Amino acid sequence: MTSTRTEAATAAPDVRGKARLADREGFLAWAMLLPSVVYIVALVGVPFLLAIAFAFSDVTTGDPSFDFVGFDNFRAVFDDGVFWRALRNTLVFTLASMVLIVVFGKILANILVADFHGKWFVRFLVLLPWTTPVALSTISWLWFLDSIYSPVDWVLRHLGLIDGNVVWLGRPGTAMASVVAVQAWRLTPLAAVIVMAGLVAIPRDIDEAARIDGAGFWRRMVEVTIPLTLPVIAVAALFGAIMTFTDMTVSYVLTRGGPTHATDVLASWAYFRGIEGGDVGQGAAIALFLFPLLLAGAIAILRAVRRLEAG
Amino acid sequence: MTTPVRTGGDMDALRRRYALRHLAARCGVYGAAVLAALVCALPFLWSLVSAFKQNRDLYNPQSNPFAFNEPATPDHVTFLFTDTPFLTFVGNTLLVGALVVAVTLLLALPAAYSLARLDRPWGTPMGIAIFMVYLVPPSLLFLSLTRVVVTLGLEDSLWSMVVVYPTITVPVSVWLLIGFLKAVPKDVEEQAMVDGYSRIGAFLRAVLPLLFPGVVAVVVFSFTLTASEFVYALAFVSASPEMVVSTGVPTQLVRGDVFFWQSLQAATVLTAVPIAFVFNLFLDRFVTGFTMGAVKT
Repeated sequence: MTSTRTEAATAAPDVRGKARLADREGFLAWAMLLPSVVYIVALVGVPFLLAIAFAFSDVTTGDPSFDFVGFDNFRAVFDDGVFWRALRNTLVFTLASMVLIVVFGKILANILVADFHGKWFVRFLVLLPWTTPVALSTISWLWFLDSIYSPVDWVLRHLGLIDGNVVWLGRPGTAMASVVAVQAWRLTPLAAVIVMAGLVAIPRDIDEAARIDGAGFWRRMVEVTIPLTLPVIAVAALFGAIMTFTDMTVSYVLTRGGPTHATDVLASWAYFRGIEGGDVGQGAAIALFLFPLLLAGAIAILRAVRRLEAG
Repeated sequence: MTTPVRTGGDMDALRRRYALRHLAARCGVYGAAVLAALVCALPFLWSLVSAFKQNRDLYNPQSNPFAFNEPATPDHVTFLFTDTPFLTFVGNTLLVGALVVAVTLLLALPAAYSLARLDRPWGTPMGIAIFMVYLVPPSLLFLSLTRVVVTLGLEDSLWSMVVVYPTITVPVSVWLLIGFLKAVPKDVEEQAMVDGYSRIGAFLRAVLPLLFPGVVAVVVFSFTLTASEFVYALAFVSASPEMVVSTGVPTQLVRGDVFFWQSLQAATVLTAVPIAFVFNLFLDRFVTGFTMGAVKT
């Protein structure tokens, strides 16, 4: 085998030079990685620094010239009550959605790994909320929660629970609940898929051993399945949290942040300020607030993944 | 524990109890499955019904929203295809998706191979750094990226999305592909190199074909991410002919306060079903890919 290689090499000396370069691992490792790194630095790293720069500048869409203004934008943002409201909304939105996503994701994953007829079709239906472009599925919900024609209201009316309409999106409390519900509804399948990956990886014999020892469904669930899939559940939870924390689509499409900023989150407030309001500096300052919390979340995900690798 | 001698009657009772318990478990599984499917799919099911409703049926708070109270009509679906730019949006989405997937594969395949196989001391930190990029959200970058897009002269053009979307798809694809690469035995490329291929040759001719399942998973996943993206598409493109489905449908099928509800619902179902269908075909592959990425070899 080795002889064929030297033969080929001596037969074509010019190929040999190329082959050597294509064989040098140190060079190759860089050459293959470099395009991705350059691309990411150019379109994530640079814009990130630019976002920080914008936060300290007076750039607006009308006047794109860059002047350093120190902490003026931050001061203006802090003085605005809407910012604090958006911050609080973001935390409520994230925590509530995350809890729902994890609980329902776990249940859904357990259903999806069970054996039953028509599983393929059920899986297809279950995937719909997650694979559909979020803006479109949210539009469906917009009508579902309509102030006059809401089918939800129709059902409640016919059950005799309400008369008239709830006006889900018109009142602060129900508007927030609606945004949380839609977000949980659309991310639960993703959490389920992640948890499924963990469930599938549990060695069958552990479950069987517990079964032979007489452990029932709930006992096996609490003492075997959940402890073994805890790292994956943590990953699912953090993915859900990060995707919710930075999301503005649901509240943008469903309520446009309303009524009176009751569902404005940091991301949507940054969008309204920075793009629709034209004040790029303030928008950037608001968006920057996502970063420290995001970083903490990212580190937590990595730790969970590490534990997954160790275990 | 003492085991009493079992009489025939005891055994029968025991067997019946197990049969009952088994039956209850089966009913539980089916009940849960149906319930889960309903909760997830109900809005789409209902969208499908209302897409064919007449106006006086839809805009009547008294009529049952889940059934046809007036004869069904295909008018609004026809309207979607003939009088709205929906087909343009679909074309744009497919074009952007295909180009983004191509760029993603070109960037992510070599990067994943480099990180997974060409052991360098910086391999692990670099992998972590790339993964972290996945967590940097559009909502943090869209303001400055809008500026970058304007500088490149790509505002209001779908090419802005082709240029920017791989920032979302490349990191997650690298992560997935590293997982799939770990499942390909190292002997494969060692054998290929012994047979006279260079390292690159071994990667292209021996490893890549075995990596095909991973490549398919990356294609499906990247395309889904691209099709669902909303924030960048909304910030970069405001000209209707260059819009994609995810922004075009919610903004262009609404005239001021007038929503073309039935057409909107039809557009939602028409977009949702094919994506979920394809994704379902590759779901198992995707699940294994995720596990392999996490399992140390």
